[in-house]
Amino acid sequence: MNFFNIIDLLAEADPDVLDRFSSRRAVFSSLGTVAQRAALATSPLFLGALFQKAYAGTASLPTDILNYALTLELLEADFYRQFLAAGQIPAGAATDAITVIKTHEDVHVDYLHKAVIAAGGTPVTGSATAGIRFNPSLLPATYADQLKYAQVLEDTGVRAYKGRAAELIGTDLLTPVLQIHSIEARHAAHIRTMRGQQPWVSLGDDLAADASYKAAYTSGVASSTKTVMALGGTTYGIPSYNPARPSPPESNLQQGAAGTKPAVLITTGIGSITYTADDAAAAFDEPLQAAEVLDSSRAGGLLA
Amino acid sequence: MSDNIQSRGSDDASFAQPLYTPIKRRSFFMYAGATAGASALVLAGCSKDSDNATPSLPAGNSVTSSGAISLGSGDVGVLNYAYALEQLEADFYSKVAALPQGILTGTDYAYFQEVAKHEAIHRDFFKAAITRDASSQVLRGLTPKYDADQFLTKDKILKTAMAFEDLGVAAYNGAGKLLKTPAYLVIAGQIVSVEARHAAYIRDLVAYGSFAADDQVDPALGLDKAMTPAQVLTVAQGFITEKLDGSSIGVN
Repeated sequence: MNFFNIIDLLAEADPDVLDRFSSRRAVFSSLGTVAQRAALATSPLFLGALFQKAYAGTASLPTDILNYALTLELLEADFYRQFLAAGQIPAGAATDAITVIKTHEDVHVDYLHKAVIAAGGTPVTGSATAGIRFNPSLLPATYADQLKYAQVLEDTGVRAYKGRAAELIGTDLLTPVLQIHSIEARHAAHIRTMRGQQPWVSLGDDLAADASYKAAYTSGVASSTKTVMALGGTTYGIPSYNPARPSPPESNLQQGAAGTKPAVLITTGIGSITYTADDAAAAFDEPLQAAEVLDSSRAGGLLA
Repeated sequence: MSDNIQSRGSDDASFAQPLYTPIKRRSFFMYAGATAGASALVLAGCSKDSDNATPSLPAGNSVTSSGAISLGSGDVGVLNYAYALEQLEADFYSKVAALPQGILTGTDYAYFQEVAKHEAIHRDFFKAAITRDASSQVLRGLTPKYDADQFLTKDKILKTAMAFEDLGVAAYNGAGKLLKTPAYLVIAGQIVSVEARHAAYIRDLVAYGSFAADDQVDPALGLDKAMTPAQVLTVAQGFITEKLDGSSIGVN
């Protein structure tokens, strides 16, 4: 393993690379002892952090992604706080379930807050009265409608984590983020069950069309670099949104496109079996891009 | 490491000058900043500099010296691993869905009718995707095996379904970090959340309100389980006739 071969490869691809790193010597002089340098330099994590710092204008840092996740968890946690405080939830199983879900969102907030700090960032914050919180004026009066907002938030959360997990490939943050992602899906399934719906998302069940959300996507940021969000007392970057490439709807039946390799039509199976569009849509959840999630038409519109 | 530092001298200015024509700049920027790109370069560096020849890794669906079927290496290994688990789930659900109403009724019966389709779609998707991307390494069709009383009682059917779904969630959560191709990670994410929805619902059928109970979700951290392929295959092997070798999944 030769760290400097990699730098040279980068120089071949990008002659400005050494300027981005300030200088080779400066990179290493900030890293402590020789032994620490050797250990760090052989670590893909170190390389990832170094390159992400050097190319911060073109891609998101892990702290950007963690702060994005923390934004959503703060929104969810505060929503459940208000949901419980409104006193409309039937006693027994329903209250028990919402309490369990709120507890999970609270520990997710705590976990991600610490993770942002550990990664060297400034965590977004929120409370009942300031920063990132659910807009109290949007909380419906009835239990049934409150529960619908819970479903909107959970299903959106599931899609949101999916939309950014790939940016964490090669980091130790990927696995815990996946472990939170599947919890959100469990929550979404149970909330849907409480509403008498199927626990999965079927054809035509894209919540963007739900009245809980506003009209169509409105922000449509499309600059050449990442978009900076100013929320909860700090700023973080999200990938810019290209209106020409929106995330697929939940009714999507073409899955798994990889580079130039075409997607698989999932309504046709082995031996020419066919599946209904409803079953196929339900078998795959869809990602959402950060700009879509934080747009005022979606979760962004639920922020105070 | 130190040899290279010395051999390249210590004058930083000399390195700041571009040595090559930047013909690859655009393609580099397609993944600059993503650690996947950095890792790929690390691996390139390893293969170039290592004195030790890289041991050849088994191809997917090849038979190992011990007679096991290898799931393969690298991303293909992860895809075959998921395909193996989906084959097992799809077979189990199809057998349950084919039972006459009586053992299962009402919402229980309806659940298996629906989810049998989801799991078959997952299985068929993986076969199609692996055939597309690594046609010579597609895992063969496996032969599931079950206890003699597997399909006789509602209790055993529901408990097994719950074990499969929770195992599937933990398997995908643990395998994500083994993937290097972003598109594959997205697909795994698209499927694992559906498995988690199944898991939550079957748990609610077994004991209402246990959709994310503390035996599956660490209550202190709010994290679902994540298991390594070795841990998952130890469990899954009890339901699969063929011996599977997952030791090179994700390795390349």
